[in-house]
Amino acid sequence: MARLARIALTEDELDRYAPQLASVLEHAAQVAALDTAGAAPTAHPFPLRNVLRPDEPRPSLDPQVVLAEAPAAEEGRFRVPRILGEAP
Amino acid sequence: MSAPDGWEAVIGLEVHCELRTRTKLFCGCRNAFGSEPNTNVCPVCLGLPGSLPVLNEAAVELAMRIGAALHCEIRPSVFHRKNYFYPDMPKDYQVSQYDEPINVDGYLDLPDGSRVGIVRAHIEEDTGKTSHVGETGRIHGAGHALVDYNRAGVPLVEIVSAPDITTAAQARLYAAELRAILVASGASDGRMEEGSMRVDANVSVRRVGDVRLGTRCEVKNLNSLRSLARAVDHEIERQVGVIESGGVVEQQTRHWDEDQGCTVALRSKEEAFDYRYFPEPDLVPLDPDAAWIERVRASLGPMPADRRAAVTALLGGGEPSDARSDQVATVVELGLDHLVTAAASAGVDPALALARTANEAAAAAEAARSVDPAAYAALLQMEQRQELSATQAKAVLAELMAGGGDPAQIAGRMGFEALAADSLAEVVAAVVAEHPDEWERFCGGEAKLAGFFTGHVMRRTQGKANGKAVAAELARLRG
Repeated sequence: MARLARIALTEDELDRYAPQLASVLEHAAQVAALDTAGAAPTAHPFPLRNVLRPDEPRPSLDPQVVLAEAPAAEEGRFRVPRILGEAP
Repeated sequence: MSAPDGWEAVIGLEVHCELRTRTKLFCGCRNAFGSEPNTNVCPVCLGLPGSLPVLNEAAVELAMRIGAALHCEIRPSVFHRKNYFYPDMPKDYQVSQYDEPINVDGYLDLPDGSRVGIVRAHIEEDTGKTSHVGETGRIHGAGHALVDYNRAGVPLVEIVSAPDITTAAQARLYAAELRAILVASGASDGRMEEGSMRVDANVSVRRVGDVRLGTRCEVKNLNSLRSLARAVDHEIERQVGVIESGGVVEQQTRHWDEDQGCTVALRSKEEAFDYRYFPEPDLVPLDPDAAWIERVRASLGPMPADRRAAVTALLGGGEPSDARSDQVATVVELGLDHLVTAAASAGVDPALALARTANEAAAAAEAARSVDPAAYAALLQMEQRQELSATQAKAVLAELMAGGGDPAQIAGRMGFEALAADSLAEVVAAVVAEHPDEWERFCGGEAKLAGFFTGHVMRRTQGKANGKAVAAELARLRG
């Protein structure tokens, strides 16, 4: 799970987060124990359908402002570290 | 080329198609190709905290049009997050449809008579564009990468075929027919070279008669129909070679290298991603009502197969030649068949109308699509009545496509004023009278003297005479 989440934790953090994660898992186990046969899967808690917007352009952000927030930028683009492997 | 003797291939295609909306799938940024980097971005498509997506109605409508054109069932659907770590999506997930896609269970009939099943055609968002920078210019050896998020969030439909395809030629036919349908339904511009239609091929091989499927490889980076056919052929041959030499085909994603003409392994199954799909909590389910679905189905115009049949019927005379079939396919694919129909119904020989449309008009398809069909028909009528030579008609057509207008006026402006038939006859008669010796030799069988007379007629008419008409008049006088 740590690998999937790309999070490296120190020993101290492990001690702190392990019980928290355990309680989350315990809660999930309680839900999993319920008999849900016959209950339709809930896609969303709100009883809403088809929330749509018209295809009208709205102003985008100024690229100068956007790139100023990035750790690194080059040629109008976000500069990121060398990528291992290909896009999924 | 088909699979080596004793082997058969099982091929399924995944086609990503960018939808022709004005804005992105979940925000009001423009969906435009070729803008300056990172000029069409906002908090939503940059994945900034607190931003919320709202679904674009036009994207849903176009996705439904694709589903209807592919004879799919259009169903209630749900969006999921597909989680992964790669900088082409600033959110670290892509919103897609997973187990409840909008379109399922369709099919596509190919011109060769085969039918390919459509498993699903779902909505998702496109990713940003990553360029690798480094000494070699390739992924390996790149120093760092630069990302442009203009494309991030552009609406896509991914169309997944059943593994019903068995040869590279059929794969190509499927992709070409699908592209024609995507264009005809108004969903996409179908430009593979600009990446608005992208094809991945899942290929496996097995011995003829074997019912079990072989291990499949997914081939990516197919940027043209030609690449698709070449890559599939290569991959079939490679997999058969691996098995015949005692090896085992590994489940892999492979990259087509157009220059080398081969596929290269990118990653294997062990590295396959666990995307941890879960329902996108920021979007509610999509459930188009029956009236909307019916409206979409009813608004679809005739599909390419019907339009090809209509043009072919104009030609008459049963099964057309391969060359004719290619011309018919071209005019339909480029959306120019209405010009052929308009000209033919104005009395132009359908073969002439088809030839001019498949060649001269097709060469500038975009401009040709905006030509007034009545003006186009009028021009071809002038050519048919021999008021314009073929060369002159092509020149007038170029002008017509560039700026529109009345073809007769354009011809006049270009000095192509047609010579009335009676004045042409007068000129020919005068030239003949002035050269009695040559005329006698011509009548005696010296056919090459036709050029001599034609030359004189041309000089006297400042080139306005039609060569064919002069030859006809000479033949008439000779009797």
